[in-house]
Amino acid sequence: MFEATSLNRRNRQKEGLVRYLFLLMTLLLILPVLIILGVLVAKGGPVLSMDFLFTYPTDGMTAGGIFPALVGTVWLVTVALLFSVPIGVAAAIYLSEYAPDNWLTRLINLAIINLAGVPSIVHALFGLGAFVMFFGFGTSILAASLTLAIMTLPVVIVSTRESLQAVPMAFREACWNMGATRWQTIRHVVLPNSISGILTGVILEVSRTAGETAPIMFTGAAFFLPFLPQGIFDQTMAMSLHLFVVSTQVPGVPEHLPYGVALVLILMVLTMNATSIAFRMYLRNKKKW
Amino acid sequence: MVSAPPPPETSAKIQVQVRDLTIRYGSKVALEKVSLDIREHEIFGIIGPANSGKTSFLRALNRMDQMHSSMKVDGQILFRGKDVHSWRNLYALRSKIGVVFPLPVGLPLSIYDNVALAPRLSGTKNKSDLDEIVERCLQRAALWDEVKDRLDSLGSMLSGGQQQRLTIARALSQDPELLLLDEFSIAVDPVTTMKIEDVLKELKKEITIILVTNLVQQARRLADNTAFFLTGECIEVAKTEDLFTGEVKDPRSRDYVEGRFG
Repeated sequence: MFEATSLNRRNRQKEGLVRYLFLLMTLLLILPVLIILGVLVAKGGPVLSMDFLFTYPTDGMTAGGIFPALVGTVWLVTVALLFSVPIGVAAAIYLSEYAPDNWLTRLINLAIINLAGVPSIVHALFGLGAFVMFFGFGTSILAASLTLAIMTLPVVIVSTRESLQAVPMAFREACWNMGATRWQTIRHVVLPNSISGILTGVILEVSRTAGETAPIMFTGAAFFLPFLPQGIFDQTMAMSLHLFVVSTQVPGVPEHLPYGVALVLILMVLTMNATSIAFRMYLRNKKKW
Repeated sequence: MVSAPPPPETSAKIQVQVRDLTIRYGSKVALEKVSLDIREHEIFGIIGPANSGKTSFLRALNRMDQMHSSMKVDGQILFRGKDVHSWRNLYALRSKIGVVFPLPVGLPLSIYDNVALAPRLSGTKNKSDLDEIVERCLQRAALWDEVKDRLDSLGSMLSGGQQQRLTIARALSQDPELLLLDEFSIAVDPVTTMKIEDVLKELKKEITIILVTNLVQQARRLADNTAFFLTGECIEVAKTEDLFTGEVKDPRSRDYVEGRFG
């Protein structure tokens, strides 16, 4: 007959305790997200309308919509992606598939991790010095997007490199042994099997870029513009900066307006994240090994 | 099929000549001062316990040291009379040498594309040429009858034994002159193993095969000559029959084939 010893009983009690402790921590994590969303929807929800999305701000930004800021954010994100995706993906392919394991590679990897840790306001100052002044782009979409691109490069590189390394080494060995070059191997076997992860990383980066404020403040985002940008050398309004402005810089803004702006911004980000998750699930179902 | 007795040593041309081959990974020596000859149209067996340098030997033949920066190879490997280290186009060298790994690697492509990949990469575009290659290689690997109606399905979804035969078909897709097999039967059931062994006996008429195996009896069934590797040393190279009848120079060889260690 099996009798539970006191050690058995204590282990069982501990197991239960630990489990509920971890559950509690998880719930604590979800709580702020729910509160934020709840407050935003409750306070900002009433202002959401087609007019709010597609008209200009009026009355010194105390009324009207957010159209130029919305368009500006799309501009900034798109141009930033045009730079960060090709550079980041190419660098990740080099680091994962070509780079020998030596001190230089390790140094570069270290640099990438550190680049991810640089505060965004420092990126902003760098962008101001490099792109706005030195390269003479002025405060423009181009300067702001380049700053955003540099800031998000580490994210793209790390996520791409991880997706590449998830492809089994045996696939590469098999190709090399057949006489395939490294590039042929990457092109025909590695990339087709890691593209889902790479794209997911890119979409997550988009959502991060959309919310950044500091890097674009000095480099290309404007307080208020009564027109849309016509090209990459124009300044633009942006959602994130607009939220900062209507919350703190303009007197007499009705209380619900900033919440409306924040709600639209967070909905943009969540939509993109949801797309990314759906996309990943779709591609994972097609996974071939 | 009854395997023919190995041709007299003087008449058969030497296909691979290895002299003083030493392989290092960093400071670890995997293989030291190995010299041996492999003749055309023979199955050359390599037996030995784990960590004896068998796989490293195959990797050096195919110049995989160029893909792995930690792997250093010294000595000479003459393939068709030419040192593999003097081949300027390594990709051409590798296309003359087919490799099969211990674990089957079905690439995540269709069965057809698995076999057609290498010919395509080396420039064969014509659809009917590719069809012909795919059918011929799958036939030779004794897989054609099982998959001919579903060439579009994924190679990585085949069973283990089928994937291993797919790997062999892929290794044959560029008409190699030398086929390297690294413990091919490790993840394969006995029936499939016998099927593949029959395939190898057939292939031997056209190409040279180096068979690394953990199964001493497999070497006995297939190999004309067999080398015994032990912790990075080549202890013995002998006619396979001699090895199993005990006519060996080193007593350790006899002990190993008789299962007394390893």
